Amino acid sequence: MINLETPKKFRGFVEQAHQVADNFLRANSRKYDLAEHEYPKELDLLASLVDGMGDSGQGQGAGAAGVRRGEDDDPKAKGKGKGKVKNGANMSSVLSIIEMCWGDVGLLLSMPRQGLGNSAIASVATDEQLERFKGTWASMAITEPGFGSDSAAISTTAVKDGDEYVLNGEKIYVTSGERSDSVVVWATLDKKLGRAAIKSFVVPKSLPGIRVERLEHKLGIKASDTAVILLENCRVPAENLLGSPEIDTKQGFAGAMATFDNTRPLVAGMAVGCARASLELLREILEQSGVEIDYDRPASVQSHAAATFLQLEADWEAALLLTLKAAWLADNGKPNSLEASMSKAKAGRVGNDVTLRAVELAGTLGYGETELLEKWSRDSKILDIFEGTQQIQQLIVARRLLNLSSSQLR
Amino acid sequence: MSNTNPMGIGLAVLNRIASSPAIDRLGLRRATERAVYQGAKSGFQAAGTANRTFKRVKGSGKPTRQRASGDSGVFDLTPTEDQEMIVGVVQEFADEVLRPAAAEADEKDLTSKEVLAQTSEFGLTLLNVPEELGGLSEERSAVTGVLVAEALAYGDMGQAVACLAPASVATAISLWGTDEQQQTYLPAFTADDDIPAAAFAVAEPRALFDPFALETTATKSGEGYVLDGIKSGVVRGTEAELFVVAASLDGESRLFVVESGTQGVSLAEDPSMGLRAASLTRLKLDGVTVPASALLGTADDFRESVRLSRLAWAGLALGTGKAVLDYTKEYVVGREAFGEPIAYRQSVAFMVANIAIELEGLRMVTLKAASRIDQGTDASREIALARKLAAEYGMKIGTDGVQLLGGHGFVKEHPVERWYRDLRAIGVMEGVVLV
Repeated sequence: MINLETPKKFRGFVEQAHQVADNFLRANSRKYDLAEHEYPKELDLLASLVDGMGDSGQGQGAGAAGVRRGEDDDPKAKGKGKGKVKNGANMSSVLSIIEMCWGDVGLLLSMPRQGLGNSAIASVATDEQLERFKGTWASMAITEPGFGSDSAAISTTAVKDGDEYVLNGEKIYVTSGERSDSVVVWATLDKKLGRAAIKSFVVPKSLPGIRVERLEHKLGIKASDTAVILLENCRVPAENLLGSPEIDTKQGFAGAMATFDNTRPLVAGMAVGCARASLELLREILEQSGVEIDYDRPASVQSHAAATFLQLEADWEAALLLTLKAAWLADNGKPNSLEASMSKAKAGRVGNDVTLRAVELAGTLGYGETELLEKWSRDSKILDIFEGTQQIQQLIVARRLLNLSSSQLR
Repeated sequence: MSNTNPMGIGLAVLNRIASSPAIDRLGLRRATERAVYQGAKSGFQAAGTANRTFKRVKGSGKPTRQRASGDSGVFDLTPTEDQEMIVGVVQEFADEVLRPAAAEADEKDLTSKEVLAQTSEFGLTLLNVPEELGGLSEERSAVTGVLVAEALAYGDMGQAVACLAPASVATAISLWGTDEQQQTYLPAFTADDDIPAAAFAVAEPRALFDPFALETTATKSGEGYVLDGIKSGVVRGTEAELFVVAASLDGESRLFVVESGTQGVSLAEDPSMGLRAASLTRLKLDGVTVPASALLGTADDFRESVRLSRLAWAGLALGTGKAVLDYTKEYVVGREAFGEPIAYRQSVAFMVANIAIELEGLRMVTLKAASRIDQGTDASREIALARKLAAEYGMKIGTDGVQLLGGHGFVKEHPVERWYRDLRAIGVMEGVVLV
């Protein structure tokens, strides 16, 4: 039966996450926006709380626990409850992320042991690896100075030497690169073999040969540290390679990219959460200024500010529901590449638009640092860029819709 | 019955002429149509005075209502088996009947009697009528209504609106009617055939129209009311036997049931940019006296009716939007320029991608709004948002559809120019259809 409300079983948990976001994240928002690169120590306590929630099976904490598609996720595989619709980890992760990013995107990204690398590990690691890397805080290193969206252009190399791989290269834009204790590094086994030779490695930062070169100064999400990482003859145990060590030119990049189907709705959720913060505050400010927002009267007979608000809220709702749809499909073992990219494309641009328009409508009140509107409009920009830019999402959507290959629609 | 009134006979004759192969053989079609058009253009004319009389049935108690389904507690995008079945039938009808007939219906400003008759065969008017009153279901389902509107409009929005208009009047009477109103009017809509043409008239022909600030007035007079004003967007008005009309009573917008034979009711054709198959008309109410029992529902019910009609329009936008998406997908891959399909160009491919993204976003918000109605929870916010998206992106999809086909989009060889005209109705229309 068609129903797009928050699942009943997650409602209590969402309310909890909201309280956490309010008291731990929102409360420290401006502090760490101003003090870029300072470690948000308040998060340590919160992280333990999240670990506890995760271990007790209550939801997905900050949502970076990753998403595995096991037999459990396939409703057809189960005798009992066959064909029963499931609201699972993908949905709860997205809901949790939305609440947390309503609090603060930068701080959510700084949550100990909830890095993007943890997502990758949780999504593709073997059971043995999962056990071995338990409790690590893993960041993710893909981008290099020479490429961004075109991850097939990876030039960081991994050369097998005995029981180890030797890694060499420079990685940039590594979120939590300084604070994490391991980095999931993407490197190529053989550049000539293209995408199929790209593998990811869990590289503990305790190993010799890996170091943080410097931290970036950014437009937004300043609470989150963004590092440049250098790998110089860094020897990584062979068993730290995630997925298959074989170079399967037929399967190509699909394996590595599959992670994104699961993480894109999460980033879409970040944009949805951040934009909701802006929308709520904007509404409050407008109402204080005497603007009435009426859902029944035609927008064209209401004030321009009210009509604009309605448009923003409508776009926001569409972004939210596209995101939940992508998560719902994953929870029910259905393919969602198309929907994951749709949600990221819509939420990315809506998040940016909503937060910027909120500043515009609130005038100098919105532009100044006394309110958080200007901060959210800086934070939101990255959400339309990382985990695949707006343009990359459109490319993916278009290729799937039109059934075109990457050599046809470039 | 209806065919005994002069206008009905006139139309029946015209219809017979129009569908006659003889006029094609004799090359008379153009001339005949022009004659029909000029005849209809000559201003407000009284509707037949000998329309069907709805036999007044004295109410014997409480009206019958469908019940809400409640909250399932599970996020789910799967339609129920019933919904799949109904939508399956409607899809087939849209593919095999509406789409092939669309160009001609558009040109003739008319949905054929055969098409309308088929919708009564599969019970389109029964969807929101309680089972006890001869309808289909005990449960209220706005979701089903949206899915049906979507499926019909995928075939053709103009004919979809013509088909849905009587169903919408039946829905209004089911939802807000007294026992007496239900007993008096619903049997005609739940009959096997000869479903009366009927229209739900809210809009008025002026800029910045607001359904909560109507210029059409209802004034108390003796035991009843006197209605004055002009309504627009009235589907098949010249044929309609029953109207549900919105008018301002003591400053509040309310609904009234008006039989077309009532003194002071007159109609004029109002051919518009699109939705031509819906034979849009204006309805003039000049001192129309109706009994006290004509008042339908409360002021809150009127508010609800505005919401439900906006939801129906969002559903229609979904269907026509999907038609544009599917058509342009095929076109851009097949059309070559500079030695390769134009789909290989990002500026073209991204436009198609954005059509799909916005359409899916609209679909989710529309379904959420509808499911909230079924659950019996407040859907005012979601409906407002669905309407905003439908108006914004519905038209965007329409204009991008034409743009993607270039010159081919501008000519009637392809249906996208019709979809462009039809999609402009979204956000303009109020009332007309209900889910």
